[in-house]
Parts: sequence; C-alpha cells; structure tokens
Amino acid sequence: MPAYLDAASGAPLHPLARAALAASLDDGWADPARLYGAGRRARLLLDAARESVAGAIGARPDEVAFIANGTQALHAAVLGTLAGNRRAGSRLVHSTVEHSAVLHAAGDDGVPVDVDSFGRVDAAAFVAAATSDAVVAAALQAANHEVGTRQPIAEVAAAIGDVPLIVDATQTVGHAPVPAGWSVLAADARMWGGPTLGVFAVRTGVRWRSPFPEDDREAGRVPGVPDVASIVAAAAALRSVVESQAADAERQSTLVDRIRAVVPATVPDVEVVGDPVDRLPHIVTFSCLYVDGEALLTGLDRRGFAVSSGSSCTSSTLEPSHVLVAMGALTSGNVRVSLHRDTTEAEVDEFLAALPEVVAEVRAELGADGL
Amino acid sequence: MTAPLVIDARGRRCPLPILDLARHIGDVPVGATIIVEADDPAALPDVQAWCRMRSHEYVGASSAEDGTPAYTVRRLC
Repeated sequence: MPAYLDAASGAPLHPLARAALAASLDDGWADPARLYGAGRRARLLLDAARESVAGAIGARPDEVAFIANGTQALHAAVLGTLAGNRRAGSRLVHSTVEHSAVLHAAGDDGVPVDVDSFGRVDAAAFVAAATSDAVVAAALQAANHEVGTRQPIAEVAAAIGDVPLIVDATQTVGHAPVPAGWSVLAADARMWGGPTLGVFAVRTGVRWRSPFPEDDREAGRVPGVPDVASIVAAAAALRSVVESQAADAERQSTLVDRIRAVVPATVPDVEVVGDPVDRLPHIVTFSCLYVDGEALLTGLDRRGFAVSSGSSCTSSTLEPSHVLVAMGALTSGNVRVSLHRDTTEAEVDEFLAALPEVVAEVRAELGADGL
Repeated sequence: MTAPLVIDARGRRCPLPILDLARHIGDVPVGATIIVEADDPAALPDVQAWCRMRSHEYVGASSAEDGTPAYTVRRLC
C-alpha cells in the first residue's frame, strides 16, 4: 500500500477544494474588477473567500492578500515590510532556521539569531537583536517546516515593541492555532489541502509597501488578476480543516509520538531531531548515521513511501539543510515524515516496519556494517 | 608528540567522509587526534554530530594546504 508522507511539501487536494475549484471555474472565471454580471459574480466569490480565510488566520478581510504560492507570500511579507520601513534602516532580524524564502528575501540585510539544538530561538536574545540599531523588522516562523519545533511567538511579540514581526505560518495554518501577535503573516494553501496559492496578511497600521510595480489589484499589494478559482478552493479546504483541526492534530500527534519512539528503537544510530513536545502535530524528522539520504529516499519510494530529506545529496545545490546545520544535527540519512488528514495508523505502521530494512540495505551498500 | 593521522576525503560526498573517519578512528590511540580533509559541505555538521554520537571530541576546523577544510577529532574511547 503506497503512503504519501510528505504533507509538508503539499497535502493532497481536499475533496471540498476540488469541488469548489470546479464550481468557481464555472462561476468565477471573469475578472472580479469588472462591473458586468460575470465580473460581479467573481467578485462575490472572491470577497466571501477572503472573509473566510481572514477568519481562519485571525485577520480582517482587508488585511488579507492572495499571491501565486507560499514562497511568494514570504517574499512579499519580507520585501514589503523592508520597503515600508526603509527610512528607518534596512536590517531584518531572523532565526537561522527560517524558510529559505525568508533568508533569500532578506539577503545581505539579514541578521541571523541562533537556535538551540531543538531549533528554537531564545526569546530574550531574539528580542534584543530585533530592538537594536538599524533593525526595522523581525521574522520568526510560527513553527519549523523541517523539524516542527514551535517558536515563542507570543513571548517575542509581547516584548518586541513597535518592530514589525513577520510570522511565517506556512506549516501552521490548517494544522495548529495561528499564534497571535504578528504584524505580517504568510500562509500556504498547499499545506492545508488547497491548490497552489500563497496568502499574506498585513495588520492594519503596519508599514508595508508593495515591492512590485504599481498595480491596483489586491488593494495595491499584489499585481494582476487574482486566481479566484484557487482562492475559493483554498478557502473551502481551510474552512473544513479548521473545523476538524483539534481532532486531526491529536490523532497525528499520537502517530508522530509513535514514530519518535519506534524509529530509535528499531534502527541503530538514529537521532530524532526537533522538540518532542512543543511542536507541530504532523511533522517529524530523524537522521541516520552512515546513510546516504538519496539512497534512503529511493529505497523508501520503491516500497511506496513518499518522504522528503534535508540531506545534502537530495538537494539540487548539494548543500545540507540549513535548518539541520543550525541545530547542530546530523544531516546524513535525513528523513522528514509529515502526515496529512487522511494518513492512517496502518500507513505509519507499515512505514515503521519497512524503515529498518531500507536503512540496513543502504548501510550494507556503503560497507558501514559494524562501524 | 606524533603527527596526527590525516584522512583524505576530498571529492567524497556525504556520508562518506564520516564513514572514512569511522573506519580510521581505531588507527590512533585513545587521546590522539585524527584529521579528515573533506570538501563536502555536509562534512562539518556531520563530523560534529558523529563525535557527539560516538563520544569523541570535535577539536575544530582548519584548512589543508590546498584550502580544503580539515576537521580535527580526538579519540576518547
């Protein structure tokens, strides 16, 4: 039985999203800025979807904008906040484990703050960095996309004063409550069973200026006609997953606990990384000594298990995951397992049953036995 | 003091540099150091993690004559 265990790269499309997508391709295809009937219908669908998404992330509808994908949502969040505060300086404080989209958008203006071995910043150290000279904004993810560790958003938000706090909630929305205290929030509909679509929200009063050429769409925040069908579909999926979120999270968290307990007991020389308790319910990562990550993924794929890896040999740049490096974790033989709403206990148990053999095969091939 | 054992892991990709280290750690006495020269970008975090998992001491990084990163490890057990 094949099992898709890579929800943190994108959950399977929610059936309600599929239905909403089909319906809104029929009813919402016209340009929502036009004043004729078809345009007005698209506009109504767009407005309702915006209101629904806003409610789910704790924002006002006029604070929410839609963009092509999660990476672009993070880019817009960072670049727009820097552009809106340029007069005060250009530095952006961020944790060393932020998504690469945040690091790339910050570029040379980034000021990294270290994390501990769980991948968490010290709130006081982060606030001290964020409130120092020439720093105009801070970026801290709600929870990490590779290891699931949550960041102390509430604690940081309470102490950071008027420095805008950009919160990457791309792995959190749809899986766990969105922490309060953000100034700018980014989310990714793929992670909750929506189509490929990014969302960002700018709190009223926060200085943010579009990093794009001028355009009046999305209240001047994102240029061009919005993808109404995808937005409606994303909103439909989010409404549904938020409704069952608490129950899904409890079930997934129990399965993750099982993976965290069984893997080190059945596979020698494994480190499970990330916080075992204060974490997202659906993500778990471990690293195997003397294992080639690419061979491991291939061996698991051959048995029908889809997972991802932060090992260098699985990346196009041959660089290991900056998250694992920042945590001081082993990067070889790394596997990230992430569960979606339809992941079953049986799938997890089959994965756990197959893993020791796959790891042993890769180690035998490398001649690592007995080391 | 004898010169430390040097392992050439140039061009060897993760996880081969730490496999080389594991194969040769037994070649030096307890308390002595071993150096692995490796250009793989995963070598630094993995040598450090390996030392932690195998209870050896990660001493530090330097550069070989050709500029290749060189990681020094002390055998503790």
